[in-house]
Amino acid sequence: MSEDNSAPAEAVLKFEDVSLHFDEITALDHLSFEMMPGATRVVLGAAGSGKTSMLKAAIGLVRPDSGHIFLLGEDITRMSEREMFVTRSKVGVLFQEGGLFDSLTVAENVAYPLEHRCTGKVNPTEVDKRVKEALRFVELEKTLDQFPSELSGGMRRRVGIARAVVTEPPLVLYDSPTAGLDPITANTIMALIAKERDVANTANLIVTYRYQDGQLMANFRYNPVKEHLEHFVPNGSNSGPSQTIFMVMKEGKVVFEGSQSELVASKDEYIRKFVPQQTHT
Amino acid sequence: MLDFLKSPIEVLQEFYILAGRALKNVVLQPHYVDDIALQMDNIGIGSLPIVIMIGFFTGFIITMQMSRALADYGATDQVGQIVAITLVRELGPVLTAVIVAGRNAAGIASELGSMKVTEQIDAMRALGTDPIQKLVTPRMLAMCAMLPCLTVIADFVGLIGGYVIAIPTLGISGTQYWTTAYQALEYNDLVQGLLKPLLFAFVISLVGCFYGLRTTGGTQGVGLATTRAVVVSMIWVFVVTSLVTRVFVNLH
Repeated sequence: MSEDNSAPAEAVLKFEDVSLHFDEITALDHLSFEMMPGATRVVLGAAGSGKTSMLKAAIGLVRPDSGHIFLLGEDITRMSEREMFVTRSKVGVLFQEGGLFDSLTVAENVAYPLEHRCTGKVNPTEVDKRVKEALRFVELEKTLDQFPSELSGGMRRRVGIARAVVTEPPLVLYDSPTAGLDPITANTIMALIAKERDVANTANLIVTYRYQDGQLMANFRYNPVKEHLEHFVPNGSNSGPSQTIFMVMKEGKVVFEGSQSELVASKDEYIRKFVPQQTHT
Repeated sequence: MLDFLKSPIEVLQEFYILAGRALKNVVLQPHYVDDIALQMDNIGIGSLPIVIMIGFFTGFIITMQMSRALADYGATDQVGQIVAITLVRELGPVLTAVIVAGRNAAGIASELGSMKVTEQIDAMRALGTDPIQKLVTPRMLAMCAMLPCLTVIADFVGLIGGYVIAIPTLGISGTQYWTTAYQALEYNDLVQGLLKPLLFAFVISLVGCFYGLRTTGGTQGVGLATTRAVVVSMIWVFVVTSLVTRVFVNLH
């Protein structure tokens, strides 16, 4: 790779003027942003605004028509599919429906990234240990031998999280982690994502249409002593969670990028659609 | 002016790319031996009962149909020859391929199509696995190994089907039937009888995988992909057999 193509060492993900089209449809329109290690970025937007395309482009599942994408410091834009497998396997991804392999058991699903990694296989004892740890993390250690079809939607999403984080990646991408879930289950999922962020200090890119998901990430942190989430008090005794950046997309463009307070204060009609009205009061 | 050709040419190009990558993966690491064995079981053992049944009745029917025509020439003792040539050269490979296309091209397209619409293919790529290496190449290799075997079994069972009806109805001896059948077959017949299923195996497995991996639009898309895979693979079976037969007829 040429030197002028390399991203600043500290960015785990960087989009540089990225555009993507599907026939006549513009999915991404000159998109630029970057994420630092440990940072959380919550991407809000209506259906068809380009959120999922952006997430897929971030790991090279779709190739941009122009611009550059740097993943963990490597320019993946011109990489071959085979080269990309190595870089992709270093990143955790949770797909909208979990993306679990329905012919494999829960344990086999979670073990998959460890057993198929391009950078060398992990020995079976270590795989077994890490699978159990990952499933314990999402409180599903009793489902080891079950198949995804035997689990509820929320449980499948939790197994998806376990699979995404089992390799302890520095960056985890979440595609609508709470889509189609009831509010209680959605909260449980987001609590697990916040817990993963605070325990492993991972960077998180969360694509969602629910403001509440971002609100939880921005205002709560995991207390490892009490083993639950607690409200983050700025300048209080708790060390604050990593900075949470909100980004709003519309027709492939970024129409907002900033903190939660800036998002809430926005007067833009489109942006205000994503912020519940009571938050303004 | 020629815009209507753009779409089929694009499809053909994508198919060639998939076929090229699947073939290239045969020599590249990693090799998913477990997946190949699983697919061999599914295609080979799974299709065996229906292949045996269809093979038997094909031989049975050919014998019954040909016996009347042969009787006109007083040549009913040559029925073994007719059954052997018809089955080994053409009907054995084609009927077995049509059965396997109906059963396995559909199965492959629907399985891969379901994986595509539920993001399992994307998940596989995201987890650093090449879906062509993991899903397409094992199916192609398993089909190439099993379809010729199934064809040989269908041919043999077809000859037994002919024997079962020829002995009581045509009054010929078993020795006569098997001797004429054996003597009728030449090296050329055996080569085309084994070459055809090998080519059909590539067509059926790759068409099934191709339509499966192109699936879009949820469960309706899976149904559409399955139908297309079966129809297209069956058409190609007949196109390929026509081309191969043409070549071998010229050689003869």
